[in-house]
Amino acid sequence: MTTTVSTERGSVAAPVKRAFREALYAGLISFGMFVLIVGLKTDQNIRNELVLEPRWGLLAIVVALTMFGRFAYVAWLQPFMARQKLADTVTGLMPASVTSRFFRLPYFIAALVIMVALYVVSGSLDGWLGAELAGYARFLRALALIYALASVFYYYRAFIHDHFSALGITVMIVYPVFVVLTLALLTGSMAGGFQGSLKWVDNFGIQILIYVMLAWGLNIVVGLAGLLDLGYVAFYAVGAYAYALLGTHYGLSFWILLPAAGCMAAFWGIILGFPVLRLRGDYLAIVTLAFGEIIRMVLINWRVVTNGSAGISGIPKVSFFGLISFDVSAPNYISKVFDIAQSGAYYKIFLYYLILALALLTAFVTVRLRRMPVGRAWEALREDEIACRSLGINTTTTKLTAFATGAMFGGFAGSFFAARQGFVSPESFVFLESAIILAIVVLGGMGSLVGIAVAAAVMIGGTEILRELDFLKVVFGPDFTPELYRMLLFGVAMVVVMVWKPRGFVSNREPTAFLKERKAVSGSFTKEGHG
Amino acid sequence: MTGKTLLDIRGVHTFYGNIQALNGVDVTVNDGEIVALIGANGAGKSTLMMTIFGAPRARSGKIVFAGTDITQLPTHEIARLRIAQSPEGRRIFPRMTVLENLQMGASLDKMKHFDEDVEKVFVLFPRLKERIDQRGGTLSGGEQQMLSIGRALMARPKLLLLDEPSLGLAPLVVKQIFDAIRELNRTQGLTVFLVEQNAFGALKLATRGYVMVNGNVTMSGTGKQLLADPDVRAAYLEGGRH
Amino acid sequence: MDTNAPMNKALLKLEHLSMKFGGLVAIGDLSFEARRGEITALIGPNGAGKTTVFNCITGFYKPTEGMIRFTGKDGEEFLLERMPDFQITAKAKVARTFQNIRLFSGMTVLENLLVAQHNKLMKASGYTILGLLGIGGYRAASAQAIEQAKYWLEKAELTDRADDPAGDLPYGAQRRLEIARAMCTGPELLCLDEPAAGLNPRESLALNTLLNDIKANTGTSILLIEHDMSVVMEISDHIVVLEYGRKISDGDPESVRTDPRVIAAYLGVDDEEVEDVLTEVGDEEIIEDLDAGPDPEHGPAASASMLAGSVSETVEHRDDERVTVSKGASKAAQVEARAAKAASGRTGIAKASTDKASSAKAKGKKADKPAARAVRPAAKATTSATSASKGVSNRLAAPRGNRPDDLTLIKGIGKINEKKLNEHGIFHFDQIAEWKKIDVEAAESYLAFDGRIAREEWVKQARQLGKGKTAKPTTDKQRGGTKS
Repeated sequence: MTTTVSTERGSVAAPVKRAFREALYAGLISFGMFVLIVGLKTDQNIRNELVLEPRWGLLAIVVALTMFGRFAYVAWLQPFMARQKLADTVTGLMPASVTSRFFRLPYFIAALVIMVALYVVSGSLDGWLGAELAGYARFLRALALIYALASVFYYYRAFIHDHFSALGITVMIVYPVFVVLTLALLTGSMAGGFQGSLKWVDNFGIQILIYVMLAWGLNIVVGLAGLLDLGYVAFYAVGAYAYALLGTHYGLSFWILLPAAGCMAAFWGIILGFPVLRLRGDYLAIVTLAFGEIIRMVLINWRVVTNGSAGISGIPKVSFFGLISFDVSAPNYISKVFDIAQSGAYYKIFLYYLILALALLTAFVTVRLRRMPVGRAWEALREDEIACRSLGINTTTTKLTAFATGAMFGGFAGSFFAARQGFVSPESFVFLESAIILAIVVLGGMGSLVGIAVAAAVMIGGTEILRELDFLKVVFGPDFTPELYRMLLFGVAMVVVMVWKPRGFVSNREPTAFLKERKAVSGSFTKEGHG
Repeated sequence: MTGKTLLDIRGVHTFYGNIQALNGVDVTVNDGEIVALIGANGAGKSTLMMTIFGAPRARSGKIVFAGTDITQLPTHEIARLRIAQSPEGRRIFPRMTVLENLQMGASLDKMKHFDEDVEKVFVLFPRLKERIDQRGGTLSGGEQQMLSIGRALMARPKLLLLDEPSLGLAPLVVKQIFDAIRELNRTQGLTVFLVEQNAFGALKLATRGYVMVNGNVTMSGTGKQLLADPDVRAAYLEGGRH
Repeated sequence: MDTNAPMNKALLKLEHLSMKFGGLVAIGDLSFEARRGEITALIGPNGAGKTTVFNCITGFYKPTEGMIRFTGKDGEEFLLERMPDFQITAKAKVARTFQNIRLFSGMTVLENLLVAQHNKLMKASGYTILGLLGIGGYRAASAQAIEQAKYWLEKAELTDRADDPAGDLPYGAQRRLEIARAMCTGPELLCLDEPAAGLNPRESLALNTLLNDIKANTGTSILLIEHDMSVVMEISDHIVVLEYGRKISDGDPESVRTDPRVIAAYLGVDDEEVEDVLTEVGDEEIIEDLDAGPDPEHGPAASASMLAGSVSETVEHRDDERVTVSKGASKAAQVEARAAKAASGRTGIAKASTDKASSAKAKGKKADKPAARAVRPAAKATTSATSASKGVSNRLAAPRGNRPDDLTLIKGIGKINEKKLNEHGIFHFDQIAEWKKIDVEAAESYLAFDGRIAREEWVKQARQLGKGKTAKPTTDKQRGGTKS
């Protein structure tokens, strides 16, 4: 009994004591890490000499913040989370208590009021408060907007969760319309609406959807078949150059070249597939990485055909099946056909719907294939290759079809990319692209279409939106350029998501067939595959 | 010969995700005892073994080994208290040779008693001696099982946890292993806590036994008592083998 | 078992199979056959090469030498050692399970069974293309595949868990699912690697039922590696025993169970009991003479062996790995050597006496023992000539007081034979105790034993049992455990 008492006391006393100790460690570590990065700054003096400028105060603040953070985490947050978990085991409920305390109706109404009020007076803010305070007011407005949106999502979370795919597709379909109408309302003219929508449709919509499609294509290889492919961008490049070359040299239409580019990429997928059939895991990853680089090197050095690093420009635009053109000089240019004002936005909106259709085709085929024997064989291959062979499945052809199918969608996306940019060069197909696509697949949850789409939206959209956050300049000073921190934030976000959800946003797997009820398979049972 | 409490498991709840695997388990192992845990597949026996080692960790309850609360200790620190385990699924090092595997088992002692102990293991499993330079992964299933038990013994444990030591072994070897456990227990006072499907063999060997059903201990008693119990007989002994 | 002509034909025939890893001999010149419609068990000590044999049959290893001949239902012949592994399942219809269960743990139970029907569904879906477009009979084929899966779910008692991930099932259920999955490929031969490992006695019993059901209802023959004698002895029709990659015994359960080499190498009895067995089969002085050591010709030094690496591990055998087997490792070889010397020492007498001849046969099973070979036809002739179709004289319509004696207490009588004897009207020890020579022969012809009743001294055993109505302690252990 004595032991019980002592540990009871220990468990109360321990966190604070432990927190002090760990805060000390954290302080030491952060001091070691930041002493050179933060503590010293290199600068130039008047005579153009390099001087070291110590910033001990800043270093002290950083270290102190780290120590306090660690202390708070160990002393308060950890026990709090432990209590939360304990309550869960007793009640068997989801840990909803925290969120329900955070999202409350009065807060929501307050946020709405603040937001609306600040929008109404936004024009005269600068006059009233001065530039600096007005910046903070806009920051507050953004926070209120985010809170209000989050509250809505939270309130309807069950509905959203149940109808996520349908809602998502609806949102994607109405997105350009919404953007154009909203901007038209704000600017007061339809033309203004179209002009303003360019950025939102092109930089956000199309950019995100290209990555969604690429990630969905790669998902077939990595998520379903479990073959780690670090050279996926090679197929993207094959598709892009196929359209660029055949389109510029032979003037063939996009609609003929789209399937041709897909086939060519699939062919290269099989070519890559053969040598790597026997490889697994890290070895497979390295060889596919090399393959991606080989393709890029060929593109750079085979000048006669590819024009080297200068790239190919003047790639023809896509037409609406030859009926409506988006080329200003063409007789059937859209504004002539419909007798409306000229605008580049039409083409972008058209491209948006084109890539949306292509992405949805990818999703549709993936969903269909998963319910077919070949899709099941891919997943079985990821789970256990030897068992697959013992069931009479030809793992060679199964792997090759996975490579080919994934590559085909990469090729589609590539030819779209060429058509959208009007210019391709090897610069666009570096290893980093492969890594980003793979990161999206992993973050989304391997095999899950919804998760991957969300991951693409968060990662690509998130980094794009950093360009828009001008109010951060108010906080961090006028030299602060948020877009420079894009990749840093990308990395941080990835680490956070992986710690929070080690198997991605959606780790559960939807079974492809069921007898009585469709129950999602917990991610702890599925395997990542081993090449 | 049985002494004070060596391992005391009180009210342990363990979860895999949201699925409860152990539901308030109380088990005591005294110094110098052989304790058997029997129960159907999926009852949570192996989970209990792993929970003692802190993977997965008990969500509530307490595990005390030789006066130390090990509930929250990291697995390697638990092993340093001289609890050795031959886990489910063998878990030998497939790319290391048999000898290297055994050396890994003896690493706690910085290999002080290695030569002496390895001979003892080879007496117990002459088969391993024949395979001394072969890599673990190329051993047959039964030989891997022997290696796993041998490796656990190399640590000179105070408490030996065996998860289905008879799995995949020829009847002759099963008998040898049970004899060896009895012998180690008698001569060196080794305390053993084992999980077995071969309930008859295990209960015959054990000083005491526990029966586990759906994450709960439903019955306990001496090995003989359990063997004689009609419910236990009906559930775990009929239909079969020695 | 109903035996029409093709049923008795060998389904699988291993001829001089050898498997070497570098310098190690995992299997050395192994020949045996598995017959259609039977359950053939492959048993032996750990590392004897059983799983290696499986891996050779199912194409995961390519044997160094030898042939594996598989004859399909329609008479088509396959040489399995020349086929890639997946084709062995797809074309020759050989399915297998694994020692350390290999399920698709992240897929549901039902999906596991659908993956097993891959080839059939592939064809039905027009190799995906037609199915993707929604043309053709994929929908119907898919529904039919689910029906087939349902059938096996029912058999494996997994219907309730059909929509749960396979990795979530308890161990015993995973074993059953692996068998069901293999059966979904529609195999003619099902190879099971330790299906009862980790099962409790009750689950083993359920497994027996399942396997017997497969044998009776699907026309699938079974090849089985197992250490649980309550499974092996209960359900197999034919047992092959390996030690150090070589065959040491081959026959029906009864003969294998009583084979002294198998007992010494595998089943395990105390040393004095081995002596007992030897005493039964040979003269005591000779045994003492032979205690010196194993016969060099059959000694284990020549048969360095390797173990069947489980397929799971990707570790390959290195060429420089050498395994030397310590002198006297092969227990079967010891017994064999002793028995062989005993036999050669007594060849002269053996020819004269049927009793002794049959004992020689028990010891010297190897065909290269001239003594044994010489007497075998003789023994057969005598029994078949005299027994004809006469029944045993002292048959009873029903057991006295409706309480039959436990005939399995007699060494040599197992569950199956007890049932046969009961059907024949033999229920009590005293009935067997009263048997005259002619009754013995009649019983032998009925049970299709030649000379075993006499050899195993059933009559004498029965007399003793009839007096005490208790089992000798040795009997129980030697039977390797059908019941405790």
